[in-house]
Amino acid sequence: MTMALPFGTRAAIFLRLLAIQGSWNYETLLGNGIGFCLEPALRRLPGGRDGAAYREALARQSQYFNAHPYMAAAAVGALARAELDGEPPERIIRFRTALCGPLGSVGDRLVWASWLPLCSIVALGAFGLGAGAVGTVLIFLALYNLGHFGLRLWALQAGYTHGLRVAAALGSPVLRNGPTILARTGALLGGLSLPLVLDRIIGPGRAVFGVVLLAATVGGVLLARLHGRVEGWKIAIGILACFVLYAVIR
Amino acid sequence: MTVVDLLPLVMLGAVLGLDVVSFPQMMISRPIVAATLAGALLGEPARGLMVGVLLECFALETLPVGASRYPEWASASVVAGSLLATAPSAGPGVLTLAVLVGLVVAWVGGWSMVQVRRVNAHLAAQRHAAVARGSRRVVEGLQIWGLSLDLLRGAALTLVSLLLATPATHRLLAFWNVSDRLSRAVVVGLAASVAAAAVWKLFHAVAGARWWMFGGIVAGLLLMAVR
Repeated sequence: MTMALPFGTRAAIFLRLLAIQGSWNYETLLGNGIGFCLEPALRRLPGGRDGAAYREALARQSQYFNAHPYMAAAAVGALARAELDGEPPERIIRFRTALCGPLGSVGDRLVWASWLPLCSIVALGAFGLGAGAVGTVLIFLALYNLGHFGLRLWALQAGYTHGLRVAAALGSPVLRNGPTILARTGALLGGLSLPLVLDRIIGPGRAVFGVVLLAATVGGVLLARLHGRVEGWKIAIGILACFVLYAVIR
Repeated sequence: MTVVDLLPLVMLGAVLGLDVVSFPQMMISRPIVAATLAGALLGEPARGLMVGVLLECFALETLPVGASRYPEWASASVVAGSLLATAPSAGPGVLTLAVLVGLVVAWVGGWSMVQVRRVNAHLAAQRHAAVARGSRRVVEGLQIWGLSLDLLRGAALTLVSLLLATPATHRLLAFWNVSDRLSRAVVVGLAASVAAAAVWKLFHAVAGARWWMFGGIVAGLLLMAVR
């Protein structure tokens, strides 16, 4: 029978999840963080903190692991359930290994490649429409963290509820179709926001705006065509450094 | 810039630098937030926001995906926001120099994150046996050590960057000989190019997204015309 986790334990796991990447490194990646987050749940194993079951489980869970940091909450929930249900260690290790790929790719697509850029674009659009410092920052943080904390909480809950069958939860329509909907919205709002941002920063003067818009369009097309070969921000450093030299020695 | 001004900025750079990867990743480290907060600390939130928006355009291009190497925008944005906020005036060149410094510090910051990850790997390798024995003290210790190291990294990067960039920027501004309009046009044009390419690269693979983007541009231009 599955053990219900007390609120204190769930809260401790959730707080630790916010620091899951605290010891991120090129050897074990998220591994130590997984052990760190699971530790409050493992205390409930027979024998408590001093028991052999606790030490064996903590050792098992602190080995190499890779996933998106937010989606890792699903792994932590599922692994906590598997450990507390007394699943055989070999099965837990196999399950742990199998989780890495899906949790990484789902999270990267949904959060890093869709949600984060969309929230940035919304904040840029708000600035372009005249929002002040407080408004722009609040819009960005409120919107982003609604998704951020919502995803972490859902993933932890789904992981603990489904245990070793957590893959079923990953087939949720939000995770499957979310990136496509966010991409279309991001493309629309990105196109809408950029001219407004240009207009606000450049200020009055339609002629200058036109020239900058044209230059930005040409530059944007060039950078898009060179996708994967160059990074725009590095090129910008070179161009800006040359411009600064020109501006001071002219 | 006095020590009284520096201390809160260094602390801000440290805390926001920690947010990039280690804790809590709620994106207070994004340029649009970090630079605005730095400006607000110095009584100029609007100037901070201005440089934050431009750096955010560049940051759109870089995804913070796991093991990849990417610029660290938090401390960089604190430095850039501070430079613009403490400049004697918002005259020609200030915005350009603040963005340039921000980009360079972001590059150095990305390198510093790699070094922290290497130290973390070294520590994890040294303590592998203890972890394999299930030592709670070691597992938690590695986590706390990594967090502390990242906090120190952000503080050191912000402090050194401010100490180097503030006098250098003021000196360059004394020789600045290009109009404000041209200076702004160059930096805004570059930021918009990178942002437009980033939006395209992120979303173009999704069916119909390019038409959504095109529609957005038309709507944006129309909105500008009627305002």
